[in-house]
Amino acid sequence: MRILNCKTQGLKSQITNHKFQTNSNDRNSNDRNKKSVCNLVLGAWGLFVIWCLVLGILLVACSPKVKAPREKQLTIWHWMTDRQDAFEELARRYEEKKGVKVKFELYAPSDAYRQKVMAAAQSNTLPDIYGILGGKRFFASFVKSGYVADLTAAMKANKAEWESRFFPKALKINEFSKDNEFGVKPGIYAVPLDVMNIQMVYNKSLFKKAGLDPESPPERWEEFIAAAKKIKGKTGIGGLVSGWGEIWMIDCLANNYAFNIMGEEKVMATIKGEVPYTDPAWVRVLDLFKEMSEQGVLVEGIVTMVNKSAEQMFANERAAFAFNGSWCVNVYQGMNPELDYGVMLPPRVSSQNPMVIWGGAGSSFMVNARSQQKEKAIEFLNWLTQKEQQVFLSSQTNNLPANKKSLSDISVVLRQFADDMDNTTHPNIWSVSEYPLVTETFDKGIQSIIINEKTPLEVAKEVQRVKEREMKKSRE
Amino acid sequence: MAKRTFKNYLFILPALLLFAVFSIYPFIKIFQLSVYRWDGIMPTMKFVGIFNFKDIIFHNPIWWRSMWQAAYITLIALTLQNALALVLALICDRGIKFGNGYRVIFFIPPVLSGIVVGLIWNWIYNGNYGLLNHWLAQLSKWTHISYFSNLERAWLADPRTALTSVAIINMWKGFGWGFLVLLAGLQSIPRQLYEAAKVDGANAWQSFWRITVPLMIPTFGIVSIMTILGAMQIYDIIVSTTGGGPAYHTEVPITRILAAMRGNLQFGYACAMGLVFGAILLSVSLIIIKLSRKLNPLAG
Repeated sequence: MRILNCKTQGLKSQITNHKFQTNSNDRNSNDRNKKSVCNLVLGAWGLFVIWCLVLGILLVACSPKVKAPREKQLTIWHWMTDRQDAFEELARRYEEKKGVKVKFELYAPSDAYRQKVMAAAQSNTLPDIYGILGGKRFFASFVKSGYVADLTAAMKANKAEWESRFFPKALKINEFSKDNEFGVKPGIYAVPLDVMNIQMVYNKSLFKKAGLDPESPPERWEEFIAAAKKIKGKTGIGGLVSGWGEIWMIDCLANNYAFNIMGEEKVMATIKGEVPYTDPAWVRVLDLFKEMSEQGVLVEGIVTMVNKSAEQMFANERAAFAFNGSWCVNVYQGMNPELDYGVMLPPRVSSQNPMVIWGGAGSSFMVNARSQQKEKAIEFLNWLTQKEQQVFLSSQTNNLPANKKSLSDISVVLRQFADDMDNTTHPNIWSVSEYPLVTETFDKGIQSIIINEKTPLEVAKEVQRVKEREMKKSRE
Repeated sequence: MAKRTFKNYLFILPALLLFAVFSIYPFIKIFQLSVYRWDGIMPTMKFVGIFNFKDIIFHNPIWWRSMWQAAYITLIALTLQNALALVLALICDRGIKFGNGYRVIFFIPPVLSGIVVGLIWNWIYNGNYGLLNHWLAQLSKWTHISYFSNLERAWLADPRTALTSVAIINMWKGFGWGFLVLLAGLQSIPRQLYEAAKVDGANAWQSFWRITVPLMIPTFGIVSIMTILGAMQIYDIIVSTTGGGPAYHTEVPITRILAAMRGNLQFGYACAMGLVFGAILLSVSLIIIKLSRKLNPLAG
């Protein structure tokens, strides 16, 4: 019994020892677990803190310093890839002259730039000077939100010396007139850097090959159709090319003809909703595109062509005519320096009204109204638009200078474009603006006409339907 | 217990914070914006309730057209693209020579940028000097069959061919993904099953139909969801080829959302479009998940 008890006690003590050991092992392992959990949590949080720090540093490094500007540095945002080198050179000259550092920051393509500016406006991080890409309504929203400085006083100072430098049409695009529909305080809100207009260019060599006089391009619609057909017949090369995959370019030509066929007053009355798009004059405008398509005047694939491809086609002499803006001078120079071409107004359909083309300020700069260096920014823009700087910019980029006095030093083709600056108009200077959705329906409708999917009347009816819906929506 | 729960929460908190800032907050913001009329710039917005949703669902035929067009592209991707991917995966699974080389080649299109792919195909489809028209002309010359030369056209600008042409580009760009996933799925099927089937006298077709297909159903489900989500959200190829044209023939939901946001300055409306689109995609994905679970012989 005793033996048994002893044995039992021994067993007990063994068990107790084992338990003790096990407990002690458990405790040790628990301690280790606790430690490793603590380490893991600490590690995770450490990683999080490091991540936040990196993100913070990146954000701070990437954001423009509007609120805490570096002493004497102006920051400018733009989208003009072809002008960056020239801008940098001008910035260097300005720093040399005035001791103010100017930094041009390029953001391209233009779509990405537009997004950046919108995001910066929403987060109040716009730079000292920037450009806005968009229509008048878009521009007005920026002004009304307090992101754009009123430059009227600076423009009018010293007997309006600054204001008088520019083409009036160029300045008008940057101006809000009295009683403008957007409710913006009247004034000048941006500085035009260069001007542009959109016309037709024609290939002189192809004219010669087809037996046409290269110095007298067609002035009337019928002459234009006949010339395009003749060139196609003799050379096998297509007539008109343009980037009509970008619908604003279709809108531009359609507006040219709307002004020519019905006059400005009726166009404005249509936008106001007083004249329907089903009016015979509008149907006639749409009919012109049907005629071009049916007569084989348009190059194949024009409805989905981007303007860069259209420019390439014209520069490579694969089309006799191109509908393009004055910026094309620089583009064609780069693509084919030997190209022999001339500039012509789109051929008239009616003699009752003048042929009006789109034009005005090409690119403009705005001053951030909330910038602490507002005055310095205005001073820089004043300097940038002086004759010497404008001539330099024009010579480097082949763009039409906004400063009238710089015109004496530009190329022949550019001067041809410049000669028609008085015939220009632009939706941004009209007293009323069309609903974007109506414009889209109108332009897409023209594409449908060109691909022979819809008749001009069908498109006119569709546009009118959308117009009525949009008007009803805005009244609600 | 409470201590342990607290510890667990402490673990997920960093990830949760990041997720909240970069995913939950924007998601809630989109919901908020979708009930406003806002141009994206003005500090003031106008509350319009469910008007944007009502307008999209009942009065925006272009939106629904863009949806059907994306569905057409998706259908081609689901059928032709995945069939091609499956055939190529089956061939590579047989241990053919240069199998790894083919894998690399097939995976090149998916890793290319959509814009680059679009530009390459723009050149192929070009109506004036495109490669496709050139070959059709050559074919017509060699065979003396005028049918081939009659096919010549500006493929992306012709309303009869524009959408299908875009769908083919998307198919070319996307089949490599399906190929890789399907190949991985095929390689996970135990070889013994095929050997046993062979012993039992099953031919190649029976092995494919009775072993490969049932065991590949979960993989088919994943590939289908990936294809649907990818093809419905097609954007870069459209932008670099047709821009949505001619007229509205190649518009897809993403191009419409961007048109509303950027062209028409309707930020709120664009957000509502995004939500409607998201809801449709989510529903389709859930249906496919359910379907593949139901068809999967190994599930439950």
